[in-house]
Amino acid sequence: MTRLNQISYDNFEDAIRSSGIRLRTGPFTTNLSTKLRDVIHNLYLLYADHTVSIEPGFSDFHLKIHQPSFFRRWYHPQVNFSFDGLTPFNPLPRPQAYAIFEWGLNWCISNYSHQYLMLHSAVLEKNGHAVIFPGAPGAGKSTLCAALSLSEWRLFSDEVALIEPVSNNLVSNPRPISLKNKSIEIIKAFSGEAIIGKTIYDTSKGTIAHMQPPVESVHRSNEKAKPKIIAFPKFIPGAKKSLIPLTKGEAFIKLCENAFNYSTLGLKGFDMMSELIDQCDCYQFEYSDLNDAIDTFNSIVPQKPL
Amino acid sequence: MNLLLRILQKPSISSTYDDQQWDLLIRQARSAGLLAHLYHRFINADVFDSIPQKVKHHLNSEFILSNRQHDAARWEISQIQQALEELGLPIVLLKGAAYLQTGLPSSSGRFFSDIDILVPRTILIDTEQRLERWGWYTTHHDEYDQKYYRKWMHEIPPLQHITRKSTIDVHHNILPLTARLHPDPEKLIASSVQINEEFELYVLCPEDMVLHSATHLFHDGELEHGLRDLVDLDRLLRHFGEDDEYWERLVNRSVELELSRPLYYALHYTSAILKTPVPEAILKSDKLDRPSAPMAFLMDKLLMRALMPAHHSCDDWFTGTARWLLYIRSHYLRMPIHLLIPHLFHKSFIRPYNEWKEARKMDKSQNLSKPKTESKPEIDIFE
Repeated sequence: MTRLNQISYDNFEDAIRSSGIRLRTGPFTTNLSTKLRDVIHNLYLLYADHTVSIEPGFSDFHLKIHQPSFFRRWYHPQVNFSFDGLTPFNPLPRPQAYAIFEWGLNWCISNYSHQYLMLHSAVLEKNGHAVIFPGAPGAGKSTLCAALSLSEWRLFSDEVALIEPVSNNLVSNPRPISLKNKSIEIIKAFSGEAIIGKTIYDTSKGTIAHMQPPVESVHRSNEKAKPKIIAFPKFIPGAKKSLIPLTKGEAFIKLCENAFNYSTLGLKGFDMMSELIDQCDCYQFEYSDLNDAIDTFNSIVPQKPL
Repeated sequence: MNLLLRILQKPSISSTYDDQQWDLLIRQARSAGLLAHLYHRFINADVFDSIPQKVKHHLNSEFILSNRQHDAARWEISQIQQALEELGLPIVLLKGAAYLQTGLPSSSGRFFSDIDILVPRTILIDTEQRLERWGWYTTHHDEYDQKYYRKWMHEIPPLQHITRKSTIDVHHNILPLTARLHPDPEKLIASSVQINEEFELYVLCPEDMVLHSATHLFHDGELEHGLRDLVDLDRLLRHFGEDDEYWERLVNRSVELELSRPLYYALHYTSAILKTPVPEAILKSDKLDRPSAPMAFLMDKLLMRALMPAHHSCDDWFTGTARWLLYIRSHYLRMPIHLLIPHLFHKSFIRPYNEWKEARKMDKSQNLSKPKTESKPEIDIFE
């Protein structure tokens, strides 16, 4: 396994076009093959610091991004996502090829990883304190996540909190952050350091673009962390920032609504969720300004590593 | 390279596996719907602890999922039982539901998508009405489908629960009325066994359970879950076969129910593919209805392919054709030609035409851009 940016683009392209590459993202290894140039190009940019291997070995998921049929290469071209030979979804228009890879990998994780309790949340860590940001679509979770990760917070995930049984630790799974519509410009304006991939228009979520995860987050992706804070973010234009404490009961119910597999885990899910709520301070967080938001979270984590 | 079969025969050989072999095994087992089954096989063979962690994750994940499904199925069974309690007649659970409710080894890690029950034909309408009061409604709203099921099939159209989405198949026989073989459902019900004294819930007796599974796999099904169903048979035969007298009873019962051809296939293919310990004398028994030599040769060529995991690593040039030929065969066995041809004609032409007409009507009235006939979901992953 080597870092992707230590492999030449040509070698990477050759491998991914033939037998596929094995891409490591946190605890998961994905075997990916595709012949589509835009996908290869975006991967090479956005996963630059991730480890990859072109040797065969064990992979958790076997994915292929490809065009469905010869005919649909010319007439309203489409793109398809295959999971080990199966195509679980309808094809999408050809320009959305990279997006179907990211969505497809999210689908694999949420369907085949019940060894974890999975919450639909962004997760970031600073000084040993991990914060879970569960979020409904449109709550501003990804924007806040991108801004924090550009402000010396370590990115765990912008999509899914993976919680290990027994230790109740958060497992890091840093991948490109999916920015939607106005967020793309907001993040570009927020920091000149943001590296953003190809813009994809007219998806079911509007215009999207992915931001490369920070190098340090990727390099430290095997370091787990204790969850300490749960904050339900809500972006309200013009609002003053406010961090409103939630009772444990309220937080529990709200968090269950954001869980992918709470009921699948049965009693174990209840136990893990209870323990998680017990060990965290829980808040509702309203904001309109990203710098204010970052100051808030900087002020509630300890200044030095524990 | 078929790793799954070797592991099913002897789970402990996994100790020699390298990363690439594990990779392929997990994929084959997932395609065959046997990943959670493997979890139990590894535990029982005492080799689970020596499996690499990254592989264990997949086994654990599927194990958790199948447990969840079993909990949900137990709840559905209890609801069915309550809905039908007042009928005061035996309700016979079939297949997965039966294995689960009686705790048979074949239930460990087994996935099933619907709950199958068998009731006397005389109370079919009553059963359906009572289930409807408990929230299970018919699914096939097409008039042709309703008529087709009710006139020719061994079950009514599947019922689906309006909120929980669970599906029940209510059977009055184990083969269609039009099928080549005619097992007598009254005999099946008469020999069924009560699970426990508190409830009017029954399962088929051990011989009939195997005969039903064999009939379903070799004379009725479309081999979607071929290997999974063969594993069911293997588990049932190993379990019941511990009683030496079981085998003789099984063969005699198959003659009585006119199911000795499917039993022959079941014994032949479980012992050939999964090394099920079927006694030699039983395999050679004159009472079994063996196919003629050319037929046996052909069936071997087809089934030895179709019963493999549905994964491209287990396919050869002929696998697709073999599955297709067996699909044709299953239809041929279900109905005589004079019924089959019009039925296939309806399925291939009339139904698509009606759907197209329906979609166009919707397009015109609501100006919808897409007909609602797509079976696959749109990709829409959180966010």
